[in-house]
Amino acid sequence: MLRYALQRLLIAIPTLLVIITIAFFLMRLAPGGPFNLEQGLHPTVLANLNKLYKLDQPLYIQYFDYLKGLASGNLGPSYVLPDFTVNELFARGLPVSIIIGGSALALALVLGVIFGVIAALRQNEKADYAVVAFAAAGSTIPTFVVAPILQLTLGIWLGLLPVGGWNNGALHNIIMPVLVLTFPQIAVIARLTRASMIEALRSHHIRTARALGLPSHVIVIKHALRSAILPIVSYLGPAAAALLTGSMVVESIFGIPGIGRYFVESALNRDYTVVMGTVVVVACMVIIFNLIVDLAYSVLDPRVRYS
Amino acid sequence: MLKRFFGKTFFILCGLAFATSVQAETVFNRGNSGEPATLDPHKHSTVQESHISRDMWEGLVQYNAEGNVIPGSAESWTMSPDGKVYTFKIRTGAKWSNGEPLTAEDFVYSFRRMLDPKTAAQYASILYPVKNAEEVNAGKMKPEELAVRALDAQTFEVTLRGPIPYFTEMLTHTAAFPVNRANLEKFGDDWVKPENIVSNGPYVVSEFVPKDRVVLVKNKNYYDAGKLKIDTVKYIPIEDRATALKRFEAREIDSYDQFHHEQMEYIRTNLKGEFFTGPYLGTYYYAVNATKAPFNNPTLRRALALAIDREYLAEKIFTGSMIAGYSIVPPGIKGYTAAEYDFKDRLQLDREDEARKIMEELGYNKDKRLTLEIRYNTAEEHKACAVAVADMWKNIYVDTKYINTDGKSHYEHLRNGGDYDVGRVGWIGDFKDPQTFLATAQTGDSNNHSRYSNPKFDELMLKAEQEMNAQKRFDDLSKAEKIAMDDAAYIVLVHYSYHNLVAKKVKGFEQNIMDVHPTKWMSIDSSRS
Repeated sequence: MLRYALQRLLIAIPTLLVIITIAFFLMRLAPGGPFNLEQGLHPTVLANLNKLYKLDQPLYIQYFDYLKGLASGNLGPSYVLPDFTVNELFARGLPVSIIIGGSALALALVLGVIFGVIAALRQNEKADYAVVAFAAAGSTIPTFVVAPILQLTLGIWLGLLPVGGWNNGALHNIIMPVLVLTFPQIAVIARLTRASMIEALRSHHIRTARALGLPSHVIVIKHALRSAILPIVSYLGPAAAALLTGSMVVESIFGIPGIGRYFVESALNRDYTVVMGTVVVVACMVIIFNLIVDLAYSVLDPRVRYS
Repeated sequence: MLKRFFGKTFFILCGLAFATSVQAETVFNRGNSGEPATLDPHKHSTVQESHISRDMWEGLVQYNAEGNVIPGSAESWTMSPDGKVYTFKIRTGAKWSNGEPLTAEDFVYSFRRMLDPKTAAQYASILYPVKNAEEVNAGKMKPEELAVRALDAQTFEVTLRGPIPYFTEMLTHTAAFPVNRANLEKFGDDWVKPENIVSNGPYVVSEFVPKDRVVLVKNKNYYDAGKLKIDTVKYIPIEDRATALKRFEAREIDSYDQFHHEQMEYIRTNLKGEFFTGPYLGTYYYAVNATKAPFNNPTLRRALALAIDREYLAEKIFTGSMIAGYSIVPPGIKGYTAAEYDFKDRLQLDREDEARKIMEELGYNKDKRLTLEIRYNTAEEHKACAVAVADMWKNIYVDTKYINTDGKSHYEHLRNGGDYDVGRVGWIGDFKDPQTFLATAQTGDSNNHSRYSNPKFDELMLKAEQEMNAQKRFDDLSKAEKIAMDDAAYIVLVHYSYHNLVAKKVKGFEQNIMDVHPTKWMSIDSSRS
């Protein structure tokens, strides 16, 4: 299995390279540059800036320079936030996004699976309808609606939680953003769990287990859930990559200093190095989590073997 | 046992609460409309950065609470009779935050650094009026050749390339703030890190967490430190304006200055005593491509300008958050009479009649309509405005299409000769002088989006630049503006206004056209919540 994992990681290198190359050149196709501001810069000033950041050099040289930096782990300076390098920005922001996204993911997994299992066991009963309705709401109401509603109720009217701010990760500042992120995830996970649990509960091995007179919690948890969880695991891979890299909407509404906002802002600001940084981070996350998912499969499903 | 434990805890907590209320430092939680890109004053370009900068640094001059220029690090200055040489006397007792004295040499170093092409400062052009500045910035001269010098430790002399009456007004810009040479040389690029930075303003930075906060604390070495009433300023960047409003209502921030026009009504009704608005130094206009037929015809541009109901835009589209605009230079510059569209005092119906007549004379009618494109940078309010304008133009045989792109693409397109008919531009003055607005209509100016060119206008602008008498200079500028207005170089729509929410407990906040509010002049009345 270790060999398999290594193999996968090696294959990831050319994949990453292709992604980086496409992103690098695609980004330069967009008109304007980091220093095109509302008030136009004097041509001399613009020339000085482009020279300082080597933006006056041919594109292919900039490309190879970037790759060279990347190979040594240097993501370059930020053009728009010159006090920080991209490495510094991510070193500060990524942990924040991971805390929020990770908590949301863990919470969603626990609640989603519990709700899903309950719904499957009580199929077509009130509890099931409640879960299905909740799931429909969760996946249709966007975060930018849920967030202000929570801010208004919990923050302003009840005064229980702060409306925004990070406050060095204090618990009461984290609660609302985590809830907002969790809500749609619970919905998806509950729906997936419900569907695959219903199928699993009807399968032959469960009937056999019941015939053998096993206690029902053993049947549900050990036998049904174990096979039913596989689709959820495959969903978790990309979901984790998306959640851990932060959410633009949640971070800007709650004023959380994560990296989610860089995805949109840096692209609009033409902050080339930050755009590339976000691409690299997301690509790595997706590759890593897909690998973890594949490895988890072999643990959960004895029929899957990697060699 | 348990009871005793709780009893004790309660007692300790009470004690703590009491202790903190006694020693409570005064904190100003200042909402900021965005993130500062840097703490380096020479690289500042946005409003939110200038707020922080003005607390951390002090140039030769400074703003008072009303937004007027008063002596800052220089206690006085003189101007030579030809208006070209300024001599500043550095304030006795002015110090850096590390306790070292502030000297004329520091300003020499800072002006040179600002213009050194290696610094690549975005706002270097602010200092171009200094003799040799442009040449230095272009790399054609050495920074040492810049016409600034220290006559002695306390006397700083600047020679300008021409008489510029608004020079002291310009010195309020962060580009003219001093930086500490020893500090920069010791830490290199890392000098801007909060743990390294040495500044000379009323406050020094103690923390900068991107996207979260910039914390400033009192500078003990500031010459007026004893008079500062606020101990700590927390600048909290909030880009989402709806969140900002909620955080203000939850009293998490004490002030904020950017709102959507949709929020105005709610704010006006619910936060009455804490909302301040008034004219701000900015103009919202449509540039018309003066190099492209049929828009190269000033008469046609006039018709387009005539047909627009500016009061409707200001009141209905911008819900009272903007002011109807009839001149390139916004009102509020003392001594300057803006040249307005000559049709300002006529009824909108009459204006429309004239516009229709012009269009008919130019050969347009019900069947032969003019089709044009409005380009704007993506934003709800720009869209609403474009749709409203298109509706008004419909009456004068004009059909309108819209193109919206993100801000960077938009300005790049206008600036670099992209093909367009009508383009939305917002222009905020860097300092309180008509020149900063009128220069955008000068031939070849990089912000002349209309690509307008009129030798008579350029001539008057040049004449004004050489004029020593302030009033005569204003008259020349006003005449120039008249030409641009008659030519309809721009279709001016509205003037900006500032919007401030300021908590009742914040004292010393004075409204002003520059919308500058140094923390230095403010205080917090902790008896009010």
